[in-house]
Amino acid sequence: MDANFFPSNADIMRILPEIILTLAGTLLLLVEGFLKDGDDRGMVANLTFAAIAGAMAASVMAYGNPGTGFYGMIVSDGFAAFFRIVALAVGLLTVLCSGAYLKREHAYTGEFYILLLFSLAGQCLMAASNELMMVFIGLEVSSIASYILAGYLRDDKRGNESAIKYFLLGSFATAFLLYGVSWIYGMTGTTNLTAIREALTKGVPSETMVAASAALMLIGFAFKVSAAPFQIWAPDVYQGAPAPVAGFLSAGPKAAAFAIMIRVFLTAFEPLTAKWAPVLWMLALATMIAGNFAALWQSNIKRMLGYSSIAHAGYVLVAITTHSVTGTAAAMFYLAAYALMNFGAFAAVTHVAGKGEKHVTLDDLKGLSQRQPGVAAILTIFMLSLIGVPLTAGFFGKFYIFKAAIEGKLVWLTALGLLNSAVAAYYYLRVLVVMYMHDPETTEPAEEIPGGIKVTMWLTAAATLVLGVFPGLVLDFANQFAVLGR
Amino acid sequence: MNLLNLVLILPLAGFLITLLLPKDNKGAVKNFVLGFSILIFVVSLGLAGPALERPAAMTWVTDTEWISTPAIRYHVGLDGVSLWLVLLSTFLTPLAVLLSFKYIDHRVKEFFAFLLLLEFGLIGVFVALDLFLFYVFWEVCLVPMYFLIGIWGHDRRIYAAVKFFIYTMVGSVLMLAAFLYLYGKSGTFDYPAMLAMMQSGKLTLTHLEETLLFLAFFLAFAIKVPLFPLHTWLPDAHVEAPTAGSVMLAAVMLKMGTYGILRFCLPMFPNAVKENASWIVTLALIGIVYGALVALVQPNMKKLVAYSSVSHLGFVVLGLFCGNQWGLDGAVYQMLNHGISTGALFMLVGFLYERQHSLEIKDYGGVATPAPWLTVLFLVTTLASVGMPALNNFVGEFLVLQGAMKTNVWWATIAATGVILSACYMLWMVQRTFYGETPESVSHHMTDLSKREWLCIMPLVVLMVWMGVYTQTFLPSIGESNKVILERSVSARTLAEATNNGR
Repeated sequence: MDANFFPSNADIMRILPEIILTLAGTLLLLVEGFLKDGDDRGMVANLTFAAIAGAMAASVMAYGNPGTGFYGMIVSDGFAAFFRIVALAVGLLTVLCSGAYLKREHAYTGEFYILLLFSLAGQCLMAASNELMMVFIGLEVSSIASYILAGYLRDDKRGNESAIKYFLLGSFATAFLLYGVSWIYGMTGTTNLTAIREALTKGVPSETMVAASAALMLIGFAFKVSAAPFQIWAPDVYQGAPAPVAGFLSAGPKAAAFAIMIRVFLTAFEPLTAKWAPVLWMLALATMIAGNFAALWQSNIKRMLGYSSIAHAGYVLVAITTHSVTGTAAAMFYLAAYALMNFGAFAAVTHVAGKGEKHVTLDDLKGLSQRQPGVAAILTIFMLSLIGVPLTAGFFGKFYIFKAAIEGKLVWLTALGLLNSAVAAYYYLRVLVVMYMHDPETTEPAEEIPGGIKVTMWLTAAATLVLGVFPGLVLDFANQFAVLGR
Repeated sequence: MNLLNLVLILPLAGFLITLLLPKDNKGAVKNFVLGFSILIFVVSLGLAGPALERPAAMTWVTDTEWISTPAIRYHVGLDGVSLWLVLLSTFLTPLAVLLSFKYIDHRVKEFFAFLLLLEFGLIGVFVALDLFLFYVFWEVCLVPMYFLIGIWGHDRRIYAAVKFFIYTMVGSVLMLAAFLYLYGKSGTFDYPAMLAMMQSGKLTLTHLEETLLFLAFFLAFAIKVPLFPLHTWLPDAHVEAPTAGSVMLAAVMLKMGTYGILRFCLPMFPNAVKENASWIVTLALIGIVYGALVALVQPNMKKLVAYSSVSHLGFVVLGLFCGNQWGLDGAVYQMLNHGISTGALFMLVGFLYERQHSLEIKDYGGVATPAPWLTVLFLVTTLASVGMPALNNFVGEFLVLQGAMKTNVWWATIAATGVILSACYMLWMVQRTFYGETPESVSHHMTDLSKREWLCIMPLVVLMVWMGVYTQTFLPSIGESNKVILERSVSARTLAEATNNGR
């Protein structure tokens, strides 16, 4: 190994997305210092948008330079590119729909965008890390920025509660993860994922210790993806966080956390599959049940979507439990589809909630189909997609996951998972019920939908329907990239 | 372009166009949808020629790739059975539209758009030859009906709509699991390809697999039929749905379940069908008698007709599991009959409701005096429904009973009591509603049929007579298709027995 202070061009290309995001974030931080309180932040938002779009292009370029970089610390492969693009797409949507929101809540400052950029940089790093320290750094960069975003409206009590909860439980989870990493280092002498796998294949002093450290790391990841029994934080955080941030948290960081979970368990801990697969089996089932059954009783839409996001994490865990290529591809497709439909739903909620997010209960949606037929129709598409009705992206997501599960001989998990999704239909239908089958309670004219939110809703709804008819557009990539470096 | 694809795509196109029409011009929306649905019906008539020439095979077949991995194909086609069910759907949709001209005055555009979307799903279910495609259409039907019941229904509409959705969903997810399992074994969702693999022995199922798969399919279909004791969603849905919703639900949607049993369960799982036939028939018989007895005591007309559906659909299931040609022919004929006569009954009850705003029998009486023609047509429909000779239901019930008799005398005996009971509850309702003294409250509101209502009901009455006296139009093609299904299941059974003996 020849030591060279300057990384090679190929290495730079492999982390170009993170470089762009970090530089843009830092630059905007400087710019923000020169702006006054009342100044328009349109320029900051535009630059953020451009930076994220640039990072997206860079992700494609990084894919053009496949292989590991920085002495095996990061890896640029299709899998990384896929999740970088998913996370960045969520970032773009967040920028699109948060401007109007921040103006409405009188919190239109540049820090929002800067934090978003840093959070995205962390997620991109997670998607591409090939080494447990990188995993940790990516996770922390992403999480710390997210904690602040969750409490971005600092005069809002709910937001503060949400941020504190997210922070405390999140750091606790990261501690577990870090503890697991240190044990693994002690057992195998390395933190590189491929090297760990090799060490495990050759044999380690104590299998039990390795299994225990894998379990510790699993706890850390389970927190991040809100898997039962570590899911308690999710509904509180989603309910309290600003609506666009809740949409962002439920889609981007979650996808990145799943990406790294898949990578760690399917490369480093692959030799231990027989040990962790049954554990994941139970986690998956528990997560689906915990999410779906708790969501049945919710009357706050954001909270309901919070529980629903737990349930959906359960479906993705089913895919990971299969520990097969088709399962990984199914998880990838699902996370992309879920990001679209869930973010779209949160975008609609952002608008419907109104100033100060006062209207976030189901009752506030009464008669929405008559007051704002367009919003109601779009929200209907998202709800049907979340239920998993055919001709929506959500259906194909579930379909691929359970197909992979059947092929992986997880017949019982499939049957129970599908029944779970029938239960889930109930709470999503409640949204349709209040929108379409009740008459409006107010006669106030509906507020006009701000441009950014409108574009977000239409884009995500159109994408949900297009993927519902032509899933190949994303699935082909997922299939191609699901083979991890083994 | 293949005509069948056109028939399939037109309702969807109509749905999208309707959504784009201006919201305030209610008349234009109504006329457009009526014209469009008549157009679809006329185009669909063009399917009949080639399909009737060779009813045993699939005609109008389109088979192209939809999604490459997993291999999902857009594979549609028609045989003698599906042809009639498609025609039933395209025939009833314009009637359901016309029927709602006056009744629906609130959120008009959405209502008529949903009717077209429903038609799209229904046609799709009856022509899909790829299991995945079938599932897609099966679920597509769910959404418009959910909204039809939930938005334009009566007081407890939301409860009924959600119950309808969840019941169907539970059944269909298990069916999806069964589809996936079959895909895992065969590598295809294509139904004819799967059957060919089963026949050539490339795809074999163990006894346990066959039983479980059959049960997963059957549960989904039985909920839809609905078979006793899974029927509880039906009275709720029917009573709460608007008239057009009840008509489409009873006349066509329930047939999705029986069609599924005929198309998929019988040919694919012949051994499981044979082994499980006895308890399924028992449930069907309980359904026949129980449905009739409950109908007898209903004070609400729509509920009465709904329970009579449970009873009539019991006949269909009985016919399907008789395992002989008469039973199958009778079952399919009865599917069509029930569509026509129960559709007409719901329509007529809807007419009464539009006048009196009540579904309770006690609020009526002596309707015959102010509305003689309404009474005559109601009576004709009633007689058709109770199986009077020379009207349609007689043929179907007779065939089913004959088929049942061949297999087990007791089955036929118990089922026959259902026919007698149906005469009791239907005629008693007619007597209480149309004859006797005319109270002031009734004579005040009651008027005879309007021109529009004549137009709605007459085609159905004509068909009742036609199907009752000239079965040649329908039965030969149905018989040919059923023969193929029957032969396939018998040959598969002998094949399986041969391999079992060989071991």
